[in-house]
Amino acid sequence: MTMERSEWPLWEIFIRSQHGLAHKHVGSLHAPDAEMAIKNARDVYTRRNEGVSIWAVKSADVTATAPSEKGPLFEPANSKIYRHPTFFPMPDEVKHI
Amino acid sequence: MYAQMVDTGAKKLRTLEEMGPEERAFQERIDADVKIEPKDWMPEAYRKTLIRQISQHAHSEVVGMLPEGNWITRAPSLQRKAILMAKVQDEAGHGLYLYAAAETLGVSRDQLVADLHAGKAKYSSIFNYPTLTWADIGAIGWLVDGAAIMNQIPLCRCSFGPYSRAMIRVCKEESFHQRQGFDIMMTLCRGTAEQKAMAQDALNRWWWPSLMMFGPPDADSVHSAQSAQWKIKILSNDELRQRFVDQTVPQADYLGITMPDPELKWNAERGHYDFGPIDWDELYNVVKGNGPCNRDRLRTRVKAWEEGAWVREAALAYAEKRAARVQKAA
Repeated sequence: MTMERSEWPLWEIFIRSQHGLAHKHVGSLHAPDAEMAIKNARDVYTRRNEGVSIWAVKSADVTATAPSEKGPLFEPANSKIYRHPTFFPMPDEVKHI
Repeated sequence: MYAQMVDTGAKKLRTLEEMGPEERAFQERIDADVKIEPKDWMPEAYRKTLIRQISQHAHSEVVGMLPEGNWITRAPSLQRKAILMAKVQDEAGHGLYLYAAAETLGVSRDQLVADLHAGKAKYSSIFNYPTLTWADIGAIGWLVDGAAIMNQIPLCRCSFGPYSRAMIRVCKEESFHQRQGFDIMMTLCRGTAEQKAMAQDALNRWWWPSLMMFGPPDADSVHSAQSAQWKIKILSNDELRQRFVDQTVPQADYLGITMPDPELKWNAERGHYDFGPIDWDELYNVVKGNGPCNRDRLRTRVKAWEEGAWVREAALAYAEKRAARVQKAA
């Protein structure tokens, strides 16, 4: 059997919910092409009005960070706490800031 | 329970001190309730056990469509037919969420399906019982899906991210399944004496197999202990089974039908129902492949897979042809 060849490619599915939010990753599915990926996503991920818009992206096209890079990659943000407004204490008398 | 008796490969539990640095860091993350994601380091046994457990769960959802599909063409009204189709479609969806979760662990969908078809992978024992009357569809929704919810709600908190997320989606939809089953039972119990007898008969046949779904007592199982340490099993089989009995008996009282268990009675001291002994030989026998419908279920799955092969191949050939055409034009 030509098992490896016959498997449909994997797609990552993103759905925009009813509330005008950004598209959010909901899961993945197999489909032969983009059109079928959208149709399958409709059946698998929006049976209860979960969305108003679907994106399908081939899983092979996703570039991701590696868990081992987490430290060096995100560390620079840790030391810059002044980026958060709470870094600057405001006197109680000062309003609307 | 949709995954019964999952082998973890463990001989004994290891303490943090006995683990190497990577495994210790992994276990400490689990102990701190931090989810494990597919690309994180994990022990090989954790990966293998999860593939076994999640795929068994997925196979159960898919094979679970068969006993119910049996009644789609014979549902008593158009509305019941539409509801049953929606429920069976949900089961297919649940199977797909779970296969996708298993695939994040590095196994292919085709491999998982091949293991099921070769009889190497298990699915829940419950789906090897026949659906003889329409009341069985009610009993399945009420009892089997009820037992599934009991098991799946704690699994929403399991340590593996993709499995946990799949369980959250499944649980949101499962409540519809249980309620539609109870609604069928309620309608039958409010009907003629013959209809009520049908409901009682279904309860008689599905009660014990439903209790067996939770698996054998696991107090002294090393696999259960390992799965608990990894947080891929949150509550013990017996705990879940007791909760299920406690929740279901009052519902049967409401329906005016009775569990086929003369030893079933409220124990005020324990605050739980006591119930009679379960015939574990029956469970082991069904799991071994000798239930009333094992061969038929597998044969039906394999037939559907083989007869659908040309569709899968044609769709892929069409996609490849179109992609080639676009490339040529560019």
